[in-house]
Amino acid sequence: MKKIFEAPKSLKDNLFHYCPGCGHSIIHRLVAEVIDELGIQERTIGVPPAGCAVLAYNYFDVDTGEAPHGRALAVATGLKRVLKDHVVFTYQGDGDIAAIGTAESIHAANRGEKVTAIFVNNGTYGMTGGQMAPTTLPGMGSTTTPGGRDVVRDGAPLDLTQMLATAKGSVFLERVSVATPKDIRKAKKAIKKAFQVQLDGLGFALVEVLSPCPTNWKMDPVAAYEWTDKEMTKIFPVGVIKDITGYDKD
Amino acid sequence: MGEAAVRAGCRYYFGYPITPQNEVPEYMSGRLLQVGGTFVQAESELASINMVIGAAMAGARVMTSSSSPGVSLMQEGISYLAGLELPAVIANVVRGGPGLGNIAPAQSDYFQATRGGGHGDYRTIVLAPASCQELCDLTVKAFDLADKYRNPVMIMGDGMMGQMMEPVEFPEAIDLADLPAKDWTLTGAKGRPSRVILSLLLNPKVLEDHNFKLVRKYDAVTREETDWEEYMLEDARQVVVAYGTAARIAKGAIKRVREMGLKVGLLRPKTLWPFPDKPLKDLTRVVRQLLVFEMSAGQMVEDVRLAVEGQAQVHLYGRPGGVIPTPDEVAHQISHYYYQAGLMDKDQQSGRLGGAA
Repeated sequence: MKKIFEAPKSLKDNLFHYCPGCGHSIIHRLVAEVIDELGIQERTIGVPPAGCAVLAYNYFDVDTGEAPHGRALAVATGLKRVLKDHVVFTYQGDGDIAAIGTAESIHAANRGEKVTAIFVNNGTYGMTGGQMAPTTLPGMGSTTTPGGRDVVRDGAPLDLTQMLATAKGSVFLERVSVATPKDIRKAKKAIKKAFQVQLDGLGFALVEVLSPCPTNWKMDPVAAYEWTDKEMTKIFPVGVIKDITGYDKD
Repeated sequence: MGEAAVRAGCRYYFGYPITPQNEVPEYMSGRLLQVGGTFVQAESELASINMVIGAAMAGARVMTSSSSPGVSLMQEGISYLAGLELPAVIANVVRGGPGLGNIAPAQSDYFQATRGGGHGDYRTIVLAPASCQELCDLTVKAFDLADKYRNPVMIMGDGMMGQMMEPVEFPEAIDLADLPAKDWTLTGAKGRPSRVILSLLLNPKVLEDHNFKLVRKYDAVTREETDWEEYMLEDARQVVVAYGTAARIAKGAIKRVREMGLKVGLLRPKTLWPFPDKPLKDLTRVVRQLLVFEMSAGQMVEDVRLAVEGQAQVHLYGRPGGVIPTPDEVAHQISHYYYQAGLMDKDQQSGRLGGAA
């Protein structure tokens, strides 16, 4: 029998602990496929965050070093400065990269660190049980915003990726989604490009992935994917936010 | 310190400006260029220490330096370094606190350095130089200890040492190729299974085992690395315990009181953790009077009291806030307690019994 589909080499043969319908499983797979396709598994180092993806080292079959909450891009800076010919990527949630780690993110981008950041935006602190995230949408429920996020009381959602666009060292920034199969294909393309930017030594690259969290959104998976597609994209429109790679547009 | 670090094989420095230690990052920014190393001025001490974590994961000899408020910000990262078992060197050029305090020399970060400061059951090896030469020597040693035990090592100086100029004899630069290979670093899973460096151990039993493994390591450090200097202890009836700059002032004071005939010596911890409890306890067989002199409101004094287990009177002369007492002030304290304990009378007695002139 001919094998026509298999798990990526860069994923370990472990069952995901993620909740049913969680976007992390899809995004993990996309990153692993990209690592396989670029043939960089043996020289890639991953930096997982604190948050639901803290256990990413159980899944990615590459060297991984755990960063304190929010500090992934500082740890990645240290790694990449030593291992210049290696590929270093961070995998961070919205709370990690856009709240507690905002300073590390902006300055890593501004220095043009030659690393790739995968920023998973699900609008909530998943692992701690659904508190308000920097990216929680106005009116959206959370365990720390009674009656939903009130922008006067709680502030408005922060668009970190847009902020990073002003940093001179950022080269490629794109927001994608995993809400539909079409989105997933686009997401993979963006992730691949963000790794290519690093391989070409151009500077900082980041892909923000809008991702459903059915558990903390208190929705079934189908509704959560629909909500990602319809509601999240209103505040966080998908598309290329910055691209000065000079690669041919496709 | 910067030159000593480079000669010890340090090629990566990450730091953030803070007085009184800016000479270190300024020196390293140029010097590391010359030797093909990397200097990054980080956006904060939080970022610096996490860059240190990254470089240590990659197997490099790496350091950062800061002063008290900045080192407070690094405590999270130091806890991670200990938990992840990563070697790194952190220099704290201590200034007066708490809060922003001032920029004068102080020793008020003793608790922070020796008790951890960060969260969890861990230890940081803490070295306390008392001269520029020793600062150089202990910097080299700090890198060796960090690698040997895979643990963060802190060099605890103070603003005085940070600004002092003395002639120094540098060691020969080591050849990076001579350093022992590390078999745990993240260098890409080429021809070997992928590695993880993590401190998240959700299973309590697994984390307990990890903690006990760290304890065994700390026990070995205590056995092997405890270091101190003894000065004029042979006939001493009273002993001053002081480290770093305070120990130098104390030496001056001891010379003065010796001229007055007081039999006083000094025990100077060179490692603050592990602390030299045993030599202190041993001293109490003949010495009943200890005077702890430190440039803080009294921190090391607690370790001295623990060490002597009630077998000696432990007095404190603590000057916080960045005040540097003169040798005369310290001499005054020494003689005050010396007379108060009636040690002068005993000297005279033993003089008569011994038939000395």
